[in-house]
Amino acid sequence: MAATATPEAVEARIVEALASFGPDIEQVTREATFEELDIDSLDLVELAQIVEDDYGVELKGDDMKNLKTVGDAIELVVARAS
Amino acid sequence: MTRRRVVITGVGAVTPLGVGADVLLRRWVAGESGIADGEGACRDFVASDHLSKKEIRRADRFAHFAMVAGDEALAAGGWSDELPYAAERISCVLATGIGGLGSLEAQHDLLRDQGAKAVSPLSVPLFMPNAGAGTLSMRYGLRGQSFSVASACAAGSHAIGVATRMIQYGDADAALTGGGEATLTPLARASFEAAGALSPSGISRPFDERRDGFVMGEGAGILLLEELEAAQARGATIYGEVLGYGSTSDAYHLTAPEPEGRHAAEAIRIALRDAGRDASQVDYVNAHGTSTPINDASETAAIKLALGEDAAQTIPVSSLKSSIGHLLGAAGAVEAIATLAALRERTLPPTIGLEQPSVGLDLDYVPLTARPFTPRGERPVALSNSFGFGGHNVVLCLEGVA
Repeated sequence: MAATATPEAVEARIVEALASFGPDIEQVTREATFEELDIDSLDLVELAQIVEDDYGVELKGDDMKNLKTVGDAIELVVARAS
Repeated sequence: MTRRRVVITGVGAVTPLGVGADVLLRRWVAGESGIADGEGACRDFVASDHLSKKEIRRADRFAHFAMVAGDEALAAGGWSDELPYAAERISCVLATGIGGLGSLEAQHDLLRDQGAKAVSPLSVPLFMPNAGAGTLSMRYGLRGQSFSVASACAAGSHAIGVATRMIQYGDADAALTGGGEATLTPLARASFEAAGALSPSGISRPFDERRDGFVMGEGAGILLLEELEAAQARGATIYGEVLGYGSTSDAYHLTAPEPEGRHAAEAIRIALRDAGRDASQVDYVNAHGTSTPINDASETAAIKLALGEDAAQTIPVSSLKSSIGHLLGAAGAVEAIATLAALRERTLPPTIGLEQPSVGLDLDYVPLTARPFTPRGERPVALSNSFGFGGHNVVLCLEGVA
């Protein structure tokens, strides 16, 4: 069962997931870039798996390539889930 | 042209006896065991004490051990701040018997239970056997040759031998080498048990009449090797020298050693010849000594064949596996580190648990208690034996400091 993809819920889940990959949770702001957070393509594939599990949103490699910031990822998932 | 000489300038270890190379020899010489409940787990090792969240996620446990041991080896060598050689001239050769088996098993569980989409993109990068070499090469910026050696329980010594040759030949000026292993997993246990190799009693007592198999251990040993003159020029502390390397194959059986030890003996002869030494100059043999009935018998036969029956009787032989179990691909590396430390301390570490000598196994296995020794020459010399499933035989001839 997919969770309800409210913007607040998606943001909390994505921030939590990214923090589990390495950066401190305080660093994971909407404005932070993946480069700054040392989040690379392998991490983003894992993020996509988590998002798909939780919200039923399937993200492809091309979707992920254009993401620069944490906010970009949150907006994409919220838009796809609605 | 004289051959370039290769010295050890730093060591690091994570073993069932604790985190650090010093604790390894100290506790072994004291007759202590890192084995509990039939396994040599690195119980004192907490990855997050040493590594970041990202470093932990991006590596299997076998590479965690290698990173922590590598940090210790580089710090001991005075390499922590910058590399003393061009990065392209530093190799990284790491051994593992099996690789990231725990990661493989966990991902296979996900595949079976939740389907292909649940499998992490980090699966293969974590469990591939070369992950240790790749991780250390990246961690320290080493840009010379890097790869992993997989020859089961001979791999740790193979890695040191191959890295030594690179420096001798001039392909590298320095090398980070050794091995890591972390296979205290259900699959490895079941497999070794099915093969009849694991000790049902859970006791590692090499060369004892009651020995009934090996006890699995985990950990890593990392050594920093440098070309002698360059090491001296930068004022490095020298722990010893890799004098010789010999390696052969049994071509006999997938798991059992050739019982007469003929090809293992040949590896000993080659290592001694490579070192320019003979049996009369050997102070100590660090045995492979797994505590399986067949290894300890065929290894004893090999030592006698290679060194001569009379000379063999005068050379003490002991097994670190009596204290920590069998670290598979990391064993040879950890044993080389312990051997160098024993030579430095002029001590013969004991074969723990050897209370009832086995019929026909009549060498001096240093039973139960360590004892001091006086080197036969100016500097002490030891052999370190490693043999692996697949019939791989490796012997290193190591020289300690004066």
